[in-house]
Amino acid sequence: MRRKRILLSGNEAVARGAYEAGVRVAAAYPGTPSTEILEAIAQYPEIYAEWSPNEKVAFDVAAGSSMAGARSLAAMKHVGVNVAADSLLTLSYTGLRGGLVLVSADDPGMHSSQNEQDNRYYAKFAQIPMLEPSDSQEAKDYTLLALDLSERFDTPVLLRLTTRVSHSKAPVVLGRRKEHPPAGFIKDPAKWVMVPGYARARHPLVLERLKRMLRFTERSPVNQIQWGDRQVGIITSGISYQYAKEVLPSASFLKLGISYPLPSQRVAHFASQVKRVLVVEELEPFLEEQVRGLGIFAEGKELFPRLGELTPDLVEEGLRRAGILSPKARPRARISDLPPLFSRPPVLCAGCPHMGIMQALRELKITVTGDIGCYTLAALPPMQAIDTCIAMGSSIGNALGIEKALPGESTAKVAAVIGDSTFIHGGIPALLDVAYNKGRVMVILLDNRTTAMTGGQDHPGTGITLKGEQSHKLDLPRLCRALGIKRVREVDPYHLAQTRSVLREELDSPLPSVIITNRPCILLERGRKGQAYFVDAEVCIGCQLCLQLGCPALQWEPDGARGKGSVRIQALSCNACGLCAQICRREAIRR
Amino acid sequence: MARGVQNILIAGVGGQGVLLASEILARAALCAGFEVKKSEIHGMAQRGGVVSSHVRYGERVFSPLIPTGEADIVLAFEEAEALRWAPTLGEGGVLIVNRQRILPPLVSLGLAEYPADIMGLLSKLGKRYIELKAFSLAQEMGDLRLVNTIMLGAGSVLLRVPMASWKRSLREELPDSVRDLNYAAFQRGRKAVLAARNRPEPAPIRA
Repeated sequence: MRRKRILLSGNEAVARGAYEAGVRVAAAYPGTPSTEILEAIAQYPEIYAEWSPNEKVAFDVAAGSSMAGARSLAAMKHVGVNVAADSLLTLSYTGLRGGLVLVSADDPGMHSSQNEQDNRYYAKFAQIPMLEPSDSQEAKDYTLLALDLSERFDTPVLLRLTTRVSHSKAPVVLGRRKEHPPAGFIKDPAKWVMVPGYARARHPLVLERLKRMLRFTERSPVNQIQWGDRQVGIITSGISYQYAKEVLPSASFLKLGISYPLPSQRVAHFASQVKRVLVVEELEPFLEEQVRGLGIFAEGKELFPRLGELTPDLVEEGLRRAGILSPKARPRARISDLPPLFSRPPVLCAGCPHMGIMQALRELKITVTGDIGCYTLAALPPMQAIDTCIAMGSSIGNALGIEKALPGESTAKVAAVIGDSTFIHGGIPALLDVAYNKGRVMVILLDNRTTAMTGGQDHPGTGITLKGEQSHKLDLPRLCRALGIKRVREVDPYHLAQTRSVLREELDSPLPSVIITNRPCILLERGRKGQAYFVDAEVCIGCQLCLQLGCPALQWEPDGARGKGSVRIQALSCNACGLCAQICRREAIRR
Repeated sequence: MARGVQNILIAGVGGQGVLLASEILARAALCAGFEVKKSEIHGMAQRGGVVSSHVRYGERVFSPLIPTGEADIVLAFEEAEALRWAPTLGEGGVLIVNRQRILPPLVSLGLAEYPADIMGLLSKLGKRYIELKAFSLAQEMGDLRLVNTIMLGAGSVLLRVPMASWKRSLREELPDSVRDLNYAAFQRGRKAVLAARNRPEPAPIRA
């Protein structure tokens, strides 16, 4: 009988792999492109799965479960690994009991990220093995392999995906779950207690482990040589393999499934059998540097870009530059011959509660530090209400720093804008810093009761767990007061006059404050929308003030009534928040 | 380059149902016994931004992304998106364009311009296209969300996926409550293209 094949995304395939491998505990903080891994794992009743407040907690939970002897998984986006790195680099010393896999979903091209760091360097940094699947089937198979390797070599294993592996779907053959009952936590201070004396004794074991792993990777079938035309030998891993195979299927390939530690003997053998060695990899020259370190002349980044996402087109272009493919004939008419087409940047949803607060903030003309979330979109035209965006929770610390650098120079406070999930992730210690070190920062906590940007995940502030259970709901105002903020206010961001006056009052106060918005994400409110607004074209003078909101439901009609332009509201898109009606000075917007 | 692989790019604007359409197509191709890969971008790109999904199927598929100039069919749910993705179309490929314009706020504010004659520009690029009033058809059928299945039905005329696989995929992907309506929409899209193709004058084909 043929085994069942179903279409799975790379993320879903990792979840399936975790299930089949007998994983018992999985934890994550949502982040594109990694989010669906835990959403899919949560569907298996055999696995305890949680949204953690941040990636470090997620990794610590998975590590603890592994200490107890259970197979465990933590998943996060590339920048999340920065948050978990503190624990990761020491867990490399302790090793573990139950298999532990850390899934890093990188985002080359920054489809939904603030940088495009190449997390393959974390494998080298932490001296742990790394696996790079190139499609969904491998994503599942390598998750199983990673857990085996983890137990065999007493090390956490990095499973590195990229957006195109995470979010591409391909057929996957399913297998059965094999249980790995946990042995329980066994006291072993020399292994688990990383005080200097014990840690010094563990470090040599890390280096010794790396040597043993190398002997394994030299023989592993996932580091496979595919002999073809020996004029060109391509060394590659992950999604880059698929692109290279697409463009030059006739070449010889060394496909690295385990790309760290690099199997140097196999690389040397492969290189000795081909005329030219090319390294095809996305982002940094991670493999290329190591191959060259073996004294092998390899071509890589002079042909293929170091910036952005790799594509079959870019691989083809590089091969043409190398003279391996012949130059392409220029097509008759090209899109670049046409006038440039407008871009369609992402925008806040119609009726998004962030729009009200952003409108009020913009009117104040003060410095506004921003954070990671949908509201960052308000940094773009037409809103342009936010001045910075760095990392999770950075808005509050950045605001305090700006204030401390310029004491007395500016009478206006600095405002920090941060969402509920981001605040819980990384903003709490920073707010404590504001209170402790006598800052005056005005923090605007956009409590839309979900992790909106990643598709609406629960968090401690919603009081609902990943498994859908009711739990303790974090009381944000009480938390802020407990941290030492005396002025904690609530505003309705759909009530522009109230929002404006509260912001103004807090701006003038000498004390720090937290202003919490009280409207949920509009996507949570679907099906509950009120009657749409409309524009009375007879009254509209075409001043376009309302368009400054950037609401996608508002459209400009150049040939409106009375031979002049006017605004029209698309009834289907309008979520009846009423903000545009409050902005209109002619009362042309009604319902 | 890819041997025996059929490449379909579906593009539109967030909220038009591009991702569901590509899901239905990929599942139908898998039902028909093909190797399938499909790729798209989630996350920030969905906040009213451009949404595109690549679907490839055949004997053996490597890259989940369609190389530029190798799409057999581009299903454009919006006119400007047809122009944006036109370079993906290969020689002999066909664009199916939904005659619908969705203006982004930047255009509304006059900070960017929406091209006036998109069909003319497509012809200038030498692209074969079929125009389809999927939005109006969906309106006639009483549900604007049907645009995606109408477009899919239109595309199905040019694809190597048997009707039984389409039916099975639609059945598995859609909830009972909307299945019949979507199936009718699919057939409507099919008919519109078949009628257009039967006319004597070939390009540009109008439906």
